This record gives sequence, structure tokens and C-alpha cells, in this order.
Amino acid sequence: MSLLEVDDLSVTFARRGQRTVHAVDGVSFSVDAGEVVGLVGESGCGKSVTSLAIMGLLPKQPGLRVGGKAVFDGTDLLQLDDRSRRDIRGRDIAMIFQDPLSSLNPVVPIGLQVTEVLARHRGMKGDAAAKEAAALLDRVGIPDPKRRLKEYPHQLSGGMRQRALIAMAVACKPRLLIADEPTTALDVTIQAQILELLKELVRDSGTALVMITHDLGVVAGMCDTINVLYAGRVVETARRRPLFREPRHPYTVGLLGSVPRLDAGRGERLNPIPGSVRDVLPWPDGCAFAPRCSRRIDACVGEPPELVLAHDGRSYRCVNPAPLPGVEPGQEVRGAVPTEAQPGSVPAQAVPNDPPAVQGFGPAPREEEKP
Amino acid sequence: MTDSDILVEVRDLKVHFPIKRGVIFDRTVGHVKAVDGVDLRIPRGKTYGLVGESGCGKSTLGRALLQLTPPTHGEVAFDGVELTTLPAGKLRSMRRRMQMIFQDPMSSLDPRQNVESILTEGLQTHGIGANRDERRKIISETLDKVGLPRWALSRYPHEFSGGQRQRIGIARALVLGPELIVADEPVSALDVSIQAQVVNLLDELQDSLGLTYLVIAHDLAVVRHISDTVGVMYLGALVEEAPSDRLYTEPLHPYTRALMSAVPVPDPDVEDRRERILLAGDLPSPANPPSGCRFHTRCPWAQPTRCADERPALREIGGSRVACHFAEQIASGELRPHKVEVQIVRPEDEGEAPGVVSAPSEPGSYV
Amino acid sequence: MTITTGKKEKIDRLAELAARDDERGVSLWQEAFRRLRRNPAAIIGAVILVLFVLVAVVGPFFVPYGPTDAIGIRDGVVKSGQGIIPGSSGEHWLGYDHQGRDVFSRMIVGARQTLLVGVVSTLIGLAIGALIGGVAGAAAGLGGRWGRAIDTALMRVIDMMLALPSLLLAVSIAALLGASLVTVMIAVGVVSVPVFARLLRGSMISQSHSDYVLAATSLGVKKSKIAITHVVPNSLAPVIVQATLTLATAIIEAAALSFLGLGNPDTAVPEWGVMLADAQPYLGIRPALAIYPAVAIIITALGFTLLGEAMREALDPKLRK
Repeated sequence: MSLLEVDDLSVTFARRGQRTVHAVDGVSFSVDAGEVVGLVGESGCGKSVTSLAIMGLLPKQPGLRVGGKAVFDGTDLLQLDDRSRRDIRGRDIAMIFQDPLSSLNPVVPIGLQVTEVLARHRGMKGDAAAKEAAALLDRVGIPDPKRRLKEYPHQLSGGMRQRALIAMAVACKPRLLIADEPTTALDVTIQAQILELLKELVRDSGTALVMITHDLGVVAGMCDTINVLYAGRVVETARRRPLFREPRHPYTVGLLGSVPRLDAGRGERLNPIPGSVRDVLPWPDGCAFAPRCSRRIDACVGEPPELVLAHDGRSYRCVNPAPLPGVEPGQEVRGAVPTEAQPGSVPAQAVPNDPPAVQGFGPAPREEEKP
Repeated sequence: MTDSDILVEVRDLKVHFPIKRGVIFDRTVGHVKAVDGVDLRIPRGKTYGLVGESGCGKSTLGRALLQLTPPTHGEVAFDGVELTTLPAGKLRSMRRRMQMIFQDPMSSLDPRQNVESILTEGLQTHGIGANRDERRKIISETLDKVGLPRWALSRYPHEFSGGQRQRIGIARALVLGPELIVADEPVSALDVSIQAQVVNLLDELQDSLGLTYLVIAHDLAVVRHISDTVGVMYLGALVEEAPSDRLYTEPLHPYTRALMSAVPVPDPDVEDRRERILLAGDLPSPANPPSGCRFHTRCPWAQPTRCADERPALREIGGSRVACHFAEQIASGELRPHKVEVQIVRPEDEGEAPGVVSAPSEPGSYV
Repeated sequence: MTITTGKKEKIDRLAELAARDDERGVSLWQEAFRRLRRNPAAIIGAVILVLFVLVAVVGPFFVPYGPTDAIGIRDGVVKSGQGIIPGSSGEHWLGYDHQGRDVFSRMIVGARQTLLVGVVSTLIGLAIGALIGGVAGAAAGLGGRWGRAIDTALMRVIDMMLALPSLLLAVSIAALLGASLVTVMIAVGVVSVPVFARLLRGSMISQSHSDYVLAATSLGVKKSKIAITHVVPNSLAPVIVQATLTLATAIIEAAALSFLGLGNPDTAVPEWGVMLADAQPYLGIRPALAIYPAVAIIITALGFTLLGEAMREALDPKLRK
């Protein structure tokens, strides 16, 4: 039984006179206790909306519809009323945002903001709360914590603010921590400090962590399981190593080919994904990534690709995935038969020698690049 | 390398912004030393990458190089012409040869101009192209170079995606046929898959047009990918400058090492194997930089002698230039890193718009 | 394979969704106007204003009675001394006022006065304010010792104007120049000068720090040309919004001045503020006499405010997708 089981989550925004936006479109993933799960994707892929929907933090507006299930420890978070959801939020599930300054109240001292959490969820008061708050700040590596308690958010640097925010998030020893781009606003050396801190927290307290980020490097160093999102759907799920070594979905392949690596030499051409995130096909009409995909085949259009379950617990949503070196096509266990496959014929995604739809395709998985 | 191969030479460049206080009469209470003595040379046709964290002065250096921010001190020679003393009119005509690409493609394009008018502005300013048709031809060629369709001409910036906007920004720079392009964080506002397109485009343009680049970015991986030489900045000064590959294989300055170890690599094997050098604390304020070596307050290799009271000059070691008293000893392993106490750093407003924060400065007054 | 080629076309079509090359680009103003049309508040405001302008411009030609004719007294129907002021009837829709004049006719002719005062005074404020603000903004943007000095000097003058309460300022101007219609316009206009000046200056300064101004500088464009082609056009939106909102306050302020007796000395000329003042002694007998002009002032001001707020929303770059 997973700690958090998100099943077929969908979020749509309908606005009068405008097209309905499917921000999240049937996202499923699960998080085990003590596990670090990554949600990776570019802007507009629905990764942040997913987390906000789970937390019930989406701004209430007419036309917003949240469907599916998000079961945390036996209770469906999406069915809870506001009150019990607030109880769970902060106590069992906590969240860290990208911009620490706007997540902190600018006119309330840090200390009071931390003790507030302690008072609400752990019933601590007065000196005990202050002591605990100082201990928390100390734990997240804020020097001289007793004095920091009296200071205001603007008196702290960006890294320290993020630490303060993490202190508030872990104040009640939550079982699940959701971090939405926690280091995007920070410098690399500060990012390294914060990531190290998050890793320590997870290791020491067994808190599960959902890491939402666009940075594949961050994911590579932290996450156990990674979900790659595109246009509101999970297009590939895999454990860390297999994902980076043998990405199957062409989008994952493209992302990996797009990132300049510190350990690659000067002048090595990158393999970008053509087009922009705007060039999407609506999911019901086929694979949203098809217009930008270099492995596009006829079967990509018409019906959305099903999630294919492969042998080692990984899955991808593609009818013509990148070939897996050393694995015979027949060995793969398919959870769903590609819709375009005819009985008796070879399923589309199992044909390793399919000619690429676009000439010049060749971003082989770049797994063996050593400095 | 002969001198004629050097397109840009910067000598002892300083940009200090006054910090002003006062109700009626402004009083200068100090200076933010955004750039504090930088020397660098950029050979023609090459790419010089400038990397550093926010507040290190890399953007200011780029702007001061182009004379968009007047330097406080120092010299900038562009193809043998001294820019800092050039009269305004001559400088304006010189701008045709040196252009800039900005970080945020949206805010760097006038929202009320369509693409044609954006691209024509520079041509008209410098009198390139005799008439509208001729200018149209130049513009169309430029659009082809940056991979934008012709129909873009009548469109407005808000109708494009981020990557396309950045292409418009690049086209605006290219249309004048410049020799030097200063690119300030050219890809950091873009999505990962789009970043690679723009990086490749910059590479291709350099190959086909023989451009010289100064690429300024906080992302070491991007800078290393695109640059021939990389300069690492810390608190307004270069701490190390080395050929791109050498910087990775043999970083000499402790800050470079820390920076290098902090950049995440999208490869679990590499990530698990690497040893991180975690720096303690934050970047000190450029208004009040530490004495001696600016990095000594955070340096895991800092020594009781020299580091705190003698500012190291850039000196040549192997193919690199490095500003560290003990670079050789650190490289040989003679000196070992030690733990550093965190020093609290106050966020600075960097001289611009002080007092934005409206919260009370006296603790407790709102409680 | 006909089906699959059909699919291919579908993909290509979708991939080129953006490539509608026959269409021209949509400028910011056009887009703002589109958003404005979708906003119900803007529609209500616009309808009110169109009706108001129509009544003010065309109405006076079609009024049933002369607005200054004391028909009621002539006919002996109105005896204000005895408290007899008949209300609405089939012939006189809104009844008579205390001097036996037809209220409906006076309301319509008064609309023209109100529109005239509102528009002219706002234009006076806009012209002077934009001039001062534009010069100060340009001077501050150009920088240098002189630029800063000019900016500081102009802004201190504006600060002094701001320090005086607006109605007090208007009253003193009106008292100084003597009561007349022109005085009302000048007084109400001058009051709005600091608002426009500060708004345009602030807007220009923030625009001149923007990246596209830096980009134009790096292209080699002259500073003066940048100010005219980039900074000013991009700074105008908030000023236009403010002008619409100021029309509302100008109408109210003009009415207030007339109410205080500082308006047009020719009290026979109907004006909503004057009508309100005239109705005061008869509040107990016929409160409607005060309610008609008051409601007219409120509805007109509301129309301008609704449209102004809707324009602010439509032009706000942050709300743009």
C-alpha cells in the first residue's frame, strides 16, 4: 500500500467563451513511504497543477473541475472538506514552493510563522514552541537560530528563506513533503545546499518526497522514481537509472538530448526537440507529442497511445518507443496492446527496425558519456 | 596570438554604483562594487563565457563592456578603438558592430512594435538599406538565418512562444551585421527543449558568420558547452579563467571547484559518484566585500595567512589564469579542505531602488 | 493507406496551427479592445456613456419646454412660497421646480453642461499634467545633472499641488478668478494635474528601465528618439485609464462647485449641481427635485468608472495570457 496513490487525476479549467483547458489529464502515480518521486516536465506540462490539486490549493474559480482520486493513507484527499484537508495539510503533508519570499508573510517574524505551525498542528505554546522553532531552524542549517526567530523574511537571503520555509514544512514531521521547484530561484551553490538538506531530511525522518522540477540534473541526483509529464499526462515512468540510461519515450530522449552536460566537451551539438510546447495535439486525437516527435509513425495519430507497462515496472505512453539495446522485443510485457496493431501483425512499438518517420533521427540514448 | 586577433580587450574595468540615502538631498553613503577590476581579452571569432552566481557582476560587466552602463574606471578596446572615451555620436555608430541578446525575450521586445518594425529600427538608425524593399530583403534573410517564418513580420511579440521571441531578439542583433554579440543569459528563461534549439542556433550562427560572443550565464553547463574560454566571476572580479575543457578537468580556484561540484548532471551514475563541495553561507554583499581574497569567508581551503588580508591577483598557472594564493598547493593536495563557519549575509538591494521592502526594520514592532 | 495519409495531413495541420500566414498580427490595442468587448462591466459603462453623450449633444434640440421658462408660475400652478410644487404629470414628466420650470427639460440641457465641464476640465488636466509629467519623466530618463534637477523641480511643484485638498484648491481657484463656467473648468482641471503628471512620469521612468529600451540603446538609437518611439507610447495606457476615471470625478467636482455657488454665475443656465443646490430648501416638500440631478450625476460617474476600470483590466499586461 503506497503512502500516496494518485489515480487518474484530471484538472480542467473551463472559461466562458474560451476553449476548455485540460491542465492535467489522467495523471496516475504513487509514492511509497520514504521514497523520493520526481515529476519532471517543462512549463505547462501540468506538474505544478498536479501538486496543487492534490493539496487542494487550486484557486477556487468557476469552471475548475478536479477529477480522479488522490488517496493518502486511505483517505481520498479530493473528497475531503476544507477543514479536514487543512488539518492534513501541514501536519501530514507539507509543501515547499519555488519563491520563498512570496510564500512567507513579509510582516511577521520568521519565528512567529514557525511557532504558528507548531501551535496549530502540535498544540505547542510559549517557550516550548519557541525552543522547538529554534531547534528546527538549527536543523535546517540556519546559523544563530535564536536571533533569526525575531527577524523578518526580507532580512534573510534567498537560501536562508528557503531553509526557513523548509523548517516550517518539516515542523510537524509530515509523512509527505511536496517540493515544487524548490531550488529554481536559487544559485547553484545554494541549490546544492538545499538539495543536500532535503536529502538529509528524507534519509533521517523517512519522509516521502515528491520533487517537482524541470531540471533533469536535480532529478538524477535525488529521485528514486521519476514521472515525466507532457501536456498534462505522464508519458514515462521509470526508476532513476533505467530512465537516464534507456529512456523509452521520445520526449524523454529529447529532453536528455537537450541538456548541455557539464561533463561533455565543447562544441558537441545538442539534440533539441523541434517546435515548441505550444505545438501539441490534443490527447484525444493522438499522442500530444506527435507534432514534435522524431519517431512519429502513422499509429501516433488518431487515438491516444495507451500506457505500456514494460518488464521492470516502468511504463511509457508511446507506440514507437526508442529501442532498448540488448532486449528482445518479445520479452517486454505489454499492459495494453497498441490500438493500431492488427491481430497477428507485429505490434508497432515492438518493431526495432522501423524506419524513423523523420530523416536524420538518431539521438541514441546517451548513457555512456564519461568525462 | 597577435594583437590583431583580439577583438575586445578589457583592462581593469570597474563599475561602482553609489548607494544613496536621504530625504531631500541624496547623500552617497557607499558604493556597490558590481565590477571591481576585471581584465579580459576576447579573440575574434571565439566565444568567451562568463559564469557566476547572481550578484557577481557578470551582467554589469557585459553592459559596461558595451558602454550601456558607464564604467567607473578602466578601458575597453573594441577592435583597437577605445570605447570609454568615444564621443556619444561615434559610439552610437560603433554600436552597429556590437550587439546584445537579452535574458527575457518578452521584456526586451517593445510590446507595441511588430517584428518588422523591431527589425527595421536598427537598420534605419544606421542607414542600412536604401529603401523599404532593400531593408525588407535584409530582414527576410535575417529571419531565415534565425529560423523564423516570413509571416512573423506582421506579428507582435506576445503572439510568439518564448523560443521564437528569443529568435526575434537574436534577429534584431544580427540584422545589423555585428562582429561582437554579448548574450546575457540567452537561454535561462527558456524551457529545456527550447534552450538546446537556441544554443545550437548560436553555435551555427557563429560558424557561418564568424561572430565573436561574450556569453554571460549562471549555468556552468551551458557556458562550458558554448564557450572556448570561460571566466568565473565572484563578487565583481574574475577568480579563474581557463579554456573550457581545462576548466572542467583541472579547476584551480576553490570557488570554481565548488561551483563545478554543485552543478547537477543528468546522469545518476555521475551524481552518485561525485563529491560535493558544499559552500557555507551566501554570497557576501558587494557593497561591503570581504577584505583580501573575496572568497576567503566561504573558502574551505582558506589559510590563516595571506587570504584575509592580501587580494590575490590573477596569475598564470598552466593554461589558466587564477586568483588564488594557494592554487598550486590545493591542486597538489598539499592543502586539505576544512569546515567553514557560516557567516550571515544580509540581502542587498544592490543600489537600485533601495527601500522596496516596506516591512518594519525594527523587529517586534508589528507583533 | 489513404486513411493514414489523411492522418498525416492532420498532424501537419496541427503542427502548423500557428502558421496562419494570411492573418495579420494582433496589436496590443486590438487585443485590449477584444478583451474590453467581452467584459460586461465595460458594456454597461459604454451603454450609459453613449446614452449620456447622446442626450447631452442631441437632447437640447428636442426639449419640450424652454429650460429657463417659468411656465409653472406663469400658469399659476407653482406657488413655491406656499409650498406648492406639482410633481410629474403627463405633460411635465418630472414636474416643475421651485421657479415653475420644467425639470425634465432642465435635466437634459443640464447634461450638456455637465459633459462640457467634465470633458474640458479633464482635457485641461490631462494636457498640463501630461506635459509636466512627460518632461519630468523624459528628464529623469535622460539622467545627468540637469535631467535630475528638472525632474526634481517639477515634482516638488506637483507635490505642493498634491498637498492641498482638491476641492479646497478648486474653491480657491474659483474664488481667485471669479465665478464663471471657465473658472469651474480650470479649477476642476487643475486639481487633476498632479495625478496625470505623477502617473505619466512614474510610468515613463519604469518603462525607461525596461530591457527593450536598453535594447534600443544598444542598437544605437538616440535617447530622445527612444523616449518618443518607445517610452511614451508604452506609458500612455495608465494615463488613458486615469483620464476616463477622472471624467467621473470631474463631473462630481464640477457639480460640487456649482452646488457651492462657485459655478456659472448665470444661474438660469441649468446645471445638475445648481439644480441640486436649488432643491435644498424644498427637500421637505419635494425631495424628488434633489433626487433627479443626484441620480443623474451618480449614474454618469458610474458609467465612466465602469468603463475606466474595465479599460484598466483590459490594458493590464499582467492579466494578458
